[in-house]
Amino acid sequence: MKKKGPFASAPNEIAFRAAVCAITAVILLLTAYPLYYVLIASVSSQQHVMAGRVYFLPMGFTLEGYAELAGDGAILRGYANTVFYALAGTALGMAVTTPCAYALSRRDFWARRWLMVFFLVTMFFSGGMIPTYLAITKTLGMGSGSLVMIVPFCLNVFNLIILRTYFETNLPRELWESAQLDGCSNARYFAVVALPLSKAVLSVIMLYFLVGKWNDYFSGLLYIRDEKYLPLQNVLRSILTRTEAMAGQFQSGTNIEALHRANLIKFSSIVASSMPMMALYPFLQKYFEKGVMIGSVKG
Amino acid sequence: MDMVDTMVTMNTMDMDIAASMDADMRADAGAATSASGMATGAEAGAGASGTVAGAGAGLARNGRPLPEKIRAELRRNWELYIFVLPAVASVLLFNYLPMYGVQIAFKNFVPSKGIAGSEWVGLKWFARFFNSYQWLGLIRNSVALSFYTLIFSFPLPIVFALLVNQFRSQRARKAIQTISYAPHFISTVVVVGIVSLFLSPSTGLYGFAARALGAQPINPLGESSMFRAIYVASDVWQHMGWQSIIYVATLSTVSAELLDAARVDGASPMQRIWHVELPALRPTMTILLILSFGSLMSVGFEKAYLLQNPQNLATSEIMATYIYKVGLGGTPQYSYSAAIGLINSVVNVVLLLLFNAASRRFGETSLF
Repeated sequence: MKKKGPFASAPNEIAFRAAVCAITAVILLLTAYPLYYVLIASVSSQQHVMAGRVYFLPMGFTLEGYAELAGDGAILRGYANTVFYALAGTALGMAVTTPCAYALSRRDFWARRWLMVFFLVTMFFSGGMIPTYLAITKTLGMGSGSLVMIVPFCLNVFNLIILRTYFETNLPRELWESAQLDGCSNARYFAVVALPLSKAVLSVIMLYFLVGKWNDYFSGLLYIRDEKYLPLQNVLRSILTRTEAMAGQFQSGTNIEALHRANLIKFSSIVASSMPMMALYPFLQKYFEKGVMIGSVKG
Repeated sequence: MDMVDTMVTMNTMDMDIAASMDADMRADAGAATSASGMATGAEAGAGASGTVAGAGAGLARNGRPLPEKIRAELRRNWELYIFVLPAVASVLLFNYLPMYGVQIAFKNFVPSKGIAGSEWVGLKWFARFFNSYQWLGLIRNSVALSFYTLIFSFPLPIVFALLVNQFRSQRARKAIQTISYAPHFISTVVVVGIVSLFLSPSTGLYGFAARALGAQPINPLGESSMFRAIYVASDVWQHMGWQSIIYVATLSTVSAELLDAARVDGASPMQRIWHVELPALRPTMTILLILSFGSLMSVGFEKAYLLQNPQNLATSEIMATYIYKVGLGGTPQYSYSAAIGLINSVVNVVLLLLFNAASRRFGETSLF
């Protein structure tokens, strides 16, 4: 039990606490229930789900939806593609962003101010969708392969600023100065001192990259023309809309089995595609506060 | 200015050290540079000389020849130049190169002729856009969507953070936050998928609820009057918990003693929130408000596009989705689409200035 304050039993305090608990409970329910519902619907018989009988627990338990996904070539390929894009993209993003953030955090680094302006400009100005598309596909010739899903925008300015601010505020300047006196090079200091001291924030940034790549639908929509390179989100989208078209035909009542199956796949593909990120974030949650960028845009 | 000065002093120090270094040690350092990549070393040097020239005035006063300064900085920090090189290359290629391409808005861009080879057509595409019947509606839809998103997704995370802060048990707080973050990690495709499953009039929870209440369910996704509400509500659902992190972190710096003192002095719970907790959040709120002005520029293409269908186009067709359709759907009209993109940017800058002026007037803080 929580320790009560001196006036905790005053009527208005009690009413206030009750209201706070009630409102928080409602918000949490509204947040979590949709996710929970999708989960139980994905393992329930659609006969019950579509008749509105499933609300709290699965009914007519079945894993058919997942079995069907495991046998669906398009989904499996999308999954494999996304795993590859997300891992490679995250590795590249970290490799490009971290050293740059470290360099920018060093006050004795000459180019630091000009480079900061160079990077910040891109947060407020961009070429827009079509010029970017043309630059990537025509000028750089990166269209329609796995390269276009990994390489473009490997530097994320938000993540750069978070990391730079972290290095700036958490690595004492004296540490570098004494290391330097002992003959430590920049690269060595970065690898042996700066990185190990920043594991927490690096893991959060890694998660940001990973989630961004995993959930990316836009790049696939814009650049991928060849089905065999499609990432998971785009495959998922086509499944969700394909079954919508089927729902239209169902009105006649001839194809109820197919409709049930399609609905089941919708639920189970949503669960299967979201699971990895949902399973990952609670482990890094305690570091999230380090990864927010308060007061960090100091020009 | 003081930054430049410190750098000059540090550099002088360094040079003294450098002077005492013997020649073959320096040669070693040079060899190491070339071993780690001749080309990159040269480029880093070019970058350095550019920036040094910028600071030139301050350095020339020092009386030493510039090239020696450059060499000293490079000798000391050459690794840092290599550190930033990939990032600079990425931003040049993927952010600045497209900015160069914006000129096609004033040209008749033909892919085979390239950007430079295509002919100038002046304001032809802009005239075409403002002569089309859609332009006002598109701008109105974009502005309305940004506006509604801002007025709901800015204050609600603050309210939620205040709620979380009323719980003093660490375990309760952690549990609340874990649950509230969850939707942030799912993709837009999934959010839209869940929304359409739930709002289905025949087989979704909305349909069941409406029928249970004796109403005839409509199809909310097919109603253009519902689009903005669905967009904003799903946005709040997905990101409110996540966006409250920073406020919760700030509130945890408010000492419990201060709150207890307020309580002893007879402050009611609401008074404690109003006079103790909210003032503590004020600097954070200001910064985040300013940052959200910046993101007004890019009201989500993805979700608007995914929630779109032929029935709700009257409100769901925003500039970004129209730009995509004109530029890449059917027959690509690159130049026309780039011109609309440029107009979109201008609208965004105007919005930014308006919001900024409003916040300066009412909130006594602003970006400029």
